[in-house]
Amino acid sequence: MRLACPCCGPRDRREFTYYGAADYLDRPAPEAGLDAWDAYLHLRDNPAGKTRDLWYHDPCQSWLEVERDTVTHAVHSVQAVAGRHA
Amino acid sequence: MTQPFRFPGKGLLIDRTRPVRFTFDGEAFEGFHGDTLASALLANGQRLMARSFKYHRPRGVMTAGSEEPSALVEIHEGAQQTPNVRATMQEIYEGLDARSQNRLGPLGFDLLAVNDRLSPFLGAGFYYKTFMWPRAFWERLYEPAIRRAAGLGRLSGHQDEAAYEKAFAHCDLLIVGAGPAGLMAALTAGRAGADVILATEDTRPGGRLLSDLPQIDGQPAPLWVEAVMAELQSLPNVRLMTRTSVTGSYDHGTFGALERVSLHRPSSEAPRECFWRIVARHAILATGALERPIAHPDNDRPGVMLASGVSGQFARYGVNPGRVVVFSNNDSGLQAARALTAQGVEIAAYVDPRPVAVTEDFPVYPEARVTGTRGRLGLRDVAVQHGGGTSMIAARTLALAGGWNPTIALACHLGARPVWEPALQSFVMPHDRTPGLTPAGAAAGFLSTRAALLDGRDKALAALAALDLGPPSIVVPQAEDAPYAIAPFWAVDAGGRAWLDFANDVTTKDVTRAAQEGFTSVEHMKRYTTQGMAPDQGKSSNVAALAVLADATGQGIAETGLTTYRPPYVPVSIAALGAGGRGEGFAPRRLLTSDAKSRSMGAPMIEAGLWYRPSYFPRAGETSWREACDREVRLVRVNAGVADVSTLGKIDVQGADAGRFLDLVYTNTMSGLKPGKVRYGLMLREDGFVMDDGTCARLGSEHFLVTTTTAAAGLVMRHMDFVHQAFCAGWDVRLISVTESWAQFCVAGPKSKAVLERLGIAPDLPFMGCRALSLNGIGARLFRISFSGEEGYEIAVPTRYGAALFDALVAAAEAEDGCAYGMEALNVLRVEKGFLTHAEIHGRVTADDVGLGGMVSAGKDCIGKAASQRPGLLENREQLVGLMPVNQGEELSAGAHLYNEKDPAERAYNQGYVTSVAPSPTLGCWLGLGFVKNGRARHGEVIRLDDGLRRRKVLVEICDPVFFDPDGGRMRG
Amino acid sequence: MVNLTPTAAFTGLPLTIGRATLTAFDPGPVTAIAPYPGRDLSRALAPLSFPAPGCVVDGPGARLVWTGREQAFWMGSAAPDLTGLAATTDQSDGWAWLTVSGPDAVSVLARLCPLDLRAQSFAVGSAARSMLAHMQAIMIRTGEDSFELGVFRSMAESLLHDLTGAMRGLAARDAL
Repeated sequence: MRLACPCCGPRDRREFTYYGAADYLDRPAPEAGLDAWDAYLHLRDNPAGKTRDLWYHDPCQSWLEVERDTVTHAVHSVQAVAGRHA
Repeated sequence: MTQPFRFPGKGLLIDRTRPVRFTFDGEAFEGFHGDTLASALLANGQRLMARSFKYHRPRGVMTAGSEEPSALVEIHEGAQQTPNVRATMQEIYEGLDARSQNRLGPLGFDLLAVNDRLSPFLGAGFYYKTFMWPRAFWERLYEPAIRRAAGLGRLSGHQDEAAYEKAFAHCDLLIVGAGPAGLMAALTAGRAGADVILATEDTRPGGRLLSDLPQIDGQPAPLWVEAVMAELQSLPNVRLMTRTSVTGSYDHGTFGALERVSLHRPSSEAPRECFWRIVARHAILATGALERPIAHPDNDRPGVMLASGVSGQFARYGVNPGRVVVFSNNDSGLQAARALTAQGVEIAAYVDPRPVAVTEDFPVYPEARVTGTRGRLGLRDVAVQHGGGTSMIAARTLALAGGWNPTIALACHLGARPVWEPALQSFVMPHDRTPGLTPAGAAAGFLSTRAALLDGRDKALAALAALDLGPPSIVVPQAEDAPYAIAPFWAVDAGGRAWLDFANDVTTKDVTRAAQEGFTSVEHMKRYTTQGMAPDQGKSSNVAALAVLADATGQGIAETGLTTYRPPYVPVSIAALGAGGRGEGFAPRRLLTSDAKSRSMGAPMIEAGLWYRPSYFPRAGETSWREACDREVRLVRVNAGVADVSTLGKIDVQGADAGRFLDLVYTNTMSGLKPGKVRYGLMLREDGFVMDDGTCARLGSEHFLVTTTTAAAGLVMRHMDFVHQAFCAGWDVRLISVTESWAQFCVAGPKSKAVLERLGIAPDLPFMGCRALSLNGIGARLFRISFSGEEGYEIAVPTRYGAALFDALVAAAEAEDGCAYGMEALNVLRVEKGFLTHAEIHGRVTADDVGLGGMVSAGKDCIGKAASQRPGLLENREQLVGLMPVNQGEELSAGAHLYNEKDPAERAYNQGYVTSVAPSPTLGCWLGLGFVKNGRARHGEVIRLDDGLRRRKVLVEICDPVFFDPDGGRMRG
Repeated sequence: MVNLTPTAAFTGLPLTIGRATLTAFDPGPVTAIAPYPGRDLSRALAPLSFPAPGCVVDGPGARLVWTGREQAFWMGSAAPDLTGLAATTDQSDGWAWLTVSGPDAVSVLARLCPLDLRAQSFAVGSAARSMLAHMQAIMIRTGEDSFELGVFRSMAESLLHDLTGAMRGLAARDAL
């Protein structure tokens, strides 16, 4: 498996650490309530198809949001978490 | 040595001027340089090479390549032995020690051949039925007996001390296979300037051009191969990898490949094998096709071969097959018979189930079939049933030509399913099923030489277009372009056993029985019969087996489908996959600057993550770790001790928003910390559980230094990077690890001031203070913090000065009647004080569980705060407590569980568990830390520690986790 | 006051095995520079400039080497004052540096590193963060056949172990 780090270009998967669904980026407000926090922490889709997840490129320390396909293994996009609102 | 079965003038790959001596089962043989073990033995007339897996039937060589299912041997090298080596792949070298395997007694008289007589009872699934009763016999009797008799070669049982290698390679175009299609593709892409890797599992390029010897542009094919190779080798952009089997195809253009680096030589310093990870933008699968046998009664005798195996052994190594009967259901078998006869081989009969109407230089039996063979340890006669009855035909070799299976395993590894091609009676992989990977030549179903050459060029041109490279000027040479016709004919039903899978001893009967018993799916049949599960993974048997299954179930072959191909394509030794990972290469070793000094002081080193830390520093007369540890603890409590604490993670946090950022990651408020002060901090995971603890020092108004525990340093850095990049990337805050920049030492004890003063350092700091200092111009840092409960300082110097500072500190401590102390003492000191490590912060505890609920600031948000206030985390929790034995002399153990005194040691009664224990010389007994249900309200209660592993039951009193100096007066000084 | 003498990160260098040579080198003072958002460092860094990912910017007596996300190392001399513009951290002691050079340098690295080392992907004069065996590394290509490598200083011995293992294997291949 290879991912193209926006900083470093295409790299072998052994340079990356998987974290989990990109839902972790959508942190609720502190007072959002139990349901919102429960959903944020625990509820995940398990799609056969497109999925968004978080990877850390250990060598350059970039957190990445990867859109990929769990069926075809195609990687559709990789973008830096820090720049996602830019 | 006569080598009586060497054909005069034949053998492209052998050098008859270089004899090579080797042994097989201890008997001396001679072959030639370039021979494989199989060809050299065949040339010597030794057809019997192995015993079969289950029935211990005599077996010989069937092929001339890596698909060999039968001739598996052991190679011995000193104390090492490598089992299940394909004799067709093992090149001989001077002194090679090869032995047959899977036998009891000599190869020619294997006592376990009794299994063959018992075969009516040993068919597919026999052990599921036969050994059912009595039940208890399975584990004790049946299974051990079966395991002893089954299996193939044996391992030596010794460590494999040989060198192995792994490596990475990158290219534009990976071409797998160097036959006509592969060579043509390489030439096309090489001329176009593509960066090409051409990998072949053979010792030299050519593929079946070296076996079938067709004419190319009017010359013998080997001359064309030579010319192409000369050009390829002149191109700097083409890299040839011989003896390299591409074993697997993985996501995004990554391939695994196994190179046999030095297996063809006596053992040396050189790696035996190298496992390559090749990354290619595009790949062409020019892996050719594998011939399949026809199942007929007793088709497994030594001397029964594939037609391609006969041609290959003949052309490549000059092996004389003797009189040959060819049994073929297709045109390539007829071609092979013609080619062999043209070169002087005697074809005793050509047998074909089809109504072939040809006149040849040899007897042709149309609408005929082979119904049996004779010859105990090697083929003598072939029974041929034809229009005129059944004839016994004397032959030394029976060449089976059951059609060709394109070698598409690599195209299937990522999940693509091949499709049935009736014209070929084979599965093929359409070119567009696997992105970035294209079958070419015979692998794509183009079986004639000319068609393979053309397809090699065309697939390369398509790949070049995908790589944005222009087409080169190239002409495809003229070559044989015979049409190919085949009749679906898989098995001869004439009574007796007909083998499909030679490696796992699976017959047509096993497959039909599986179907009768309901295992009608090909995946179920495979598992029930073990067909295709041997080291050869059914290369020669899969398609025939499923054809027999399809016949038994009445479904078509296309509907029955193939089993799933998975990597590796050929067996890969674990040693090659794990190359370099043994001993020191297993993981990086992080060594402290004090490492050499600690070892010179006799300290045993223990691993803490990747770090190596001193366990204790034994002194003369001390005979156990306890004595050294007790002394170190005592000296720290009464005088002074020095310890290397450089392993703690250190993260430098800077910027105008640094305080604000730390408020977000820590539960407590760091923004309010005054410069020059240090504060203890707690970090939660977002789910509300404690992630790590440590200190945070404010070095300047916009400059903080965070410490983490040794174990969690990487985790905390990653976490802080996440919080920063995900939630506050725009803030003025920057993080960088400085763990490796500083060597840091703890000086603890009532005389710690005096130790520092001996070095000329003024210990003028209040408790939890920090400052920069200069040691003769070297920038250093001093912190007043304590993990021992004594007055304590930590001095940090640039790493290059660490060794010198540790030497000076140990000398100063010893001058103050103190000592260096190791991990054991460090643990005792912290347990006495109830300080936490990851034994307590084990991922399932909240701040409140460890008594630090008050550190979660009410006035601000932080990571984990919302979740830490979930209702479930607030009540009926197991809380941190201290544990002391009621009888002072009794030992405690970590990992033990806690029960009320009268309750049984059962899960339902569990009250908690012990996380850390330490023998405390200060309190004169063992101390424990642990978690007990509502433990803070139960101080004074007696409870039972029950260690089922060590069979230890100890009554302990629940108490405050701070056993020593609860007011902290000693560390404040 | 105590007088501290420095210890070298590597012992036993230079070392040649087969067609590759390892040489320890001192990069001089090393300062990590991490610019704060939106700051313009061009005047403060002149005549050097902050490197793009994978780049090395050479200047008189110093160079700026890209070493990670929003981070570069100023190597060779004391870094300029960047107060308010960037976080700066002394990294002179955090890394152990050596050079691997010789006709087999690329082959040695290809045994430890998943990086594409072909010149079109990793050009002379550029830098990369990647892994050597299991170690995080900074790699600078100084020539067709020479690389500067930096790993965490505590791992210096492991780096030598892994590099020399690869070198020995290659030398032994040549002897086949």
